[in-house]
Amino acid sequence: MSIFHLTVNGKPHQVDVVSDTPMLWVLREHLNLVGAKYGCGIAQCGACTIHLDGVAVRSCSVPVSSVGNRAVTTIEGLSPDASHPLQEAWLEHDVPQCGYCQTGQIMNAAALLRKNPNPSDDEIERGMQGNLCRCGTYIRIRAAIKTAAANMG
Amino acid sequence: MMLGFNWLAGCNPSPVAVKGMPETWSGINAFLKIGENGLVTIMSPNPEIGQNVKTSMPMIVAEELDVDWKDVIVEQAGLDTQNFTRQLAGGSQSIRRGWQSLRMAGATARRMLLEAAAKRLNVPVGELTTDAGVIKHEPSGQTLGYGDVASDAAYVSVPKDVQLKDPKDFKIIGSDRKNVDAPKIVRGEPLFGLDYHKEDMLIAMIEHAPAFGMKLKSLDTTEAKALPGIKDVITINAAPEGFDPQWSDVNAFPEKVVVVGRSTWEVMKAKKALRIEWEVGTRLESSADHVLGMSQLLRDAKVEPSRKDGDPDAAFQNAATVIERTYSAPFLAHNTMEPMNFFADVKTESAELVGPIQTPEYLRTSVSRLLGLPEEKISIQMTRMGGGFGRRLYGNFGVEAALISQTIRAPVKLVYTREDDMTQGTYRPAYRVTYRAALNESNELIGFHVRGTGVHGSPVFANRFPAGTVDNYLAENITFESNISTGAWRAPRSNFIAGAEQSFLDEVAEAAGKDPIAFRLELFDRAITDPVGEDNDYDAARYAGVLELVREKADWGAEMPGVHRGVSAYYSHNTYVAQVVDLVLENNQPKVRKVWCAVDCGIVINPDGARNQIEGGIVDGIGHAMYSALSFENGKPDQNNFNRYRLIRNPEAPKEIEIHFVDNGIDPTGLGEPSLPPISAAVANAVAQATGKRLYEQPFISNETVFELREVTG
Repeated sequence: MSIFHLTVNGKPHQVDVVSDTPMLWVLREHLNLVGAKYGCGIAQCGACTIHLDGVAVRSCSVPVSSVGNRAVTTIEGLSPDASHPLQEAWLEHDVPQCGYCQTGQIMNAAALLRKNPNPSDDEIERGMQGNLCRCGTYIRIRAAIKTAAANMG
Repeated sequence: MMLGFNWLAGCNPSPVAVKGMPETWSGINAFLKIGENGLVTIMSPNPEIGQNVKTSMPMIVAEELDVDWKDVIVEQAGLDTQNFTRQLAGGSQSIRRGWQSLRMAGATARRMLLEAAAKRLNVPVGELTTDAGVIKHEPSGQTLGYGDVASDAAYVSVPKDVQLKDPKDFKIIGSDRKNVDAPKIVRGEPLFGLDYHKEDMLIAMIEHAPAFGMKLKSLDTTEAKALPGIKDVITINAAPEGFDPQWSDVNAFPEKVVVVGRSTWEVMKAKKALRIEWEVGTRLESSADHVLGMSQLLRDAKVEPSRKDGDPDAAFQNAATVIERTYSAPFLAHNTMEPMNFFADVKTESAELVGPIQTPEYLRTSVSRLLGLPEEKISIQMTRMGGGFGRRLYGNFGVEAALISQTIRAPVKLVYTREDDMTQGTYRPAYRVTYRAALNESNELIGFHVRGTGVHGSPVFANRFPAGTVDNYLAENITFESNISTGAWRAPRSNFIAGAEQSFLDEVAEAAGKDPIAFRLELFDRAITDPVGEDNDYDAARYAGVLELVREKADWGAEMPGVHRGVSAYYSHNTYVAQVVDLVLENNQPKVRKVWCAVDCGIVINPDGARNQIEGGIVDGIGHAMYSALSFENGKPDQNNFNRYRLIRNPEAPKEIEIHFVDNGIDPTGLGEPSLPPISAAVANAVAQATGKRLYEQPFISNETVFELREVTG
């Protein structure tokens, strides 16, 4: 067990865990932030997506020891009051079915828009291909991202 | 005072944010309670797996109660067999089977409120009207809110006969209402079973035999037990001698090794430190065995017909043209995005269970039998589920959680890894079916023969279309036995047979030189005017109706350069669906650009929610037909995670899905499944138009793509 100092959603945290513990489980079980979801454990489904310094990563495959002083952002910290244009667009388009993958989808989309504020249809599709949705909400996901991009522009 | 969330325009602020939490709630009946300030809490009785019944079922109650939807709070009911019936998510039946009781719950409560108001105002109840939670006495101009009389209404005797609304007066039903849990979903709040946490709860994970047909030989727990955070390693058996299993207990690996510890990661690591020897118990099967075995059955097996009309043998002997085609599909895993999990806290005389389950009542019975506790001492709370698709009909994981908690005498959350989940079975069966059609010299369909087999059961529905439309008809069902466990998977049997049947009929229409829609409509005409037999399991006019609607909306027959079209229609789960696919070739690869879909599910409760279900079924159906397969080598699944098991990804979904509903006022039916079955044929038929190549084997695109493991994307 080792002590790690983390900055999560702008707040300092200290956790005492084994050093290879993935950030996913640090967030979910030590910091009570359950917005990042476990789906595959091998960075194939995107349900656990968070940001490190604004870049989308699959938290199931990021050991806590590798985070260092990078800023960790989870869905709970994407906006102070769930007012990120993507969160609002997700509601406007009523995207979720089961909802399990959606926080990962939103976090991935947020990083996408940060890099590319006005993505084309193809860029949205390719940018979101690492996030699985078994319910099949992909069309609404694309539409919500376009709406959010327009509202952010 | 609630925090002021920044809600977008058009999305209602939460009822509590506007009116504040009531000080007292008056329970009117099991479905609803009303606060003194007029807020209404409606219980959603059925499990929520993403089919959005947590929104649509309360909408029906609210409609008959005649309350403003803005004043409604929805809560998930726990298992309560005293007050609710059929608390089950399956077969797309929640709306159809709940329709009357939900309407009655709302209408009865409204009547009780009216009677309480009549007494309060000392006027005849017949002079009172309601509108959006307000009771009016027109002659005197007096009004009372529901909240004003709710506490009195709770003591009014329950009326026997109440008036239901005329559907033309519906205000909530038929209007778009957003998913009631969506605000929590997009904020990442705890909703799902895997998010459930209780003080002092331990984490448990399982290890099951790596191959179907294998069982535990020996176990060395020394190394695993010595690891940090590990409390215990035990074995459990969910099918001990003398146990009387229900259908929902199907599981190929009742005997499991269990690691219990304080955190998921520590338990995951300890799982890898287990030293387990497995031995062969029965046989070890491979996919090649299944293909060969099912082919042999289709060729040789002698079975009694499931249905026989006329003289099929003579029809085929006298035919001018005979067409024979065989279709097949592999096993599929459910792959709910949220892997199996359940919380259990078993005490000496009671048990508390919490988690994602489509069949809570069956789970309670199984737990009662295995733990020796009376059912009334077992409580089950349902969490929102990260997908169901049939997997959570089979509650072995809930039973296992209870067994573990009983053994270690502590509250525990059982968590499956994706690999545990994907390799454990209850799969969509592998299927194989052969169709034969006989055409006479006038290219009329005079004979039809379908002969199907599948693992633990054939996919053929003997009384479905085209039964009833052909004078000489034969349907045969053959079961292929295997030690690989199978179960219901979104639209069971239909998920395969619809695609096979509708692909075959497309080829028959082509052979007959007829337009594929006109050919199907001719058959429906026969079923309407002069049906063959009496047990035909469909309404031919409604079936034809969706085909005619999609033909009109898609402008079928129009010249569209570069676009290749396929059509398909299927009736399952009491709902009629017809689809047209617009397919284009991109870099010589088929790409579904647009899907047109006509649906007859009777009254549509929540149109935008309904469209979401239909879109999802279409994307899911395209994905599994195109890409997905679970195969075996010596009993061991070749795929155990999403690096090898292909699910459809965002760029592979259609650009657009356009949906049209038949407006006929018939009592509603469900939408969780019916849009999935036909779509694979609409795609295959469009591919045939584009390439001349007919597709007979799923997945259409072979599963060669293996994604590279990557940490960082975005």
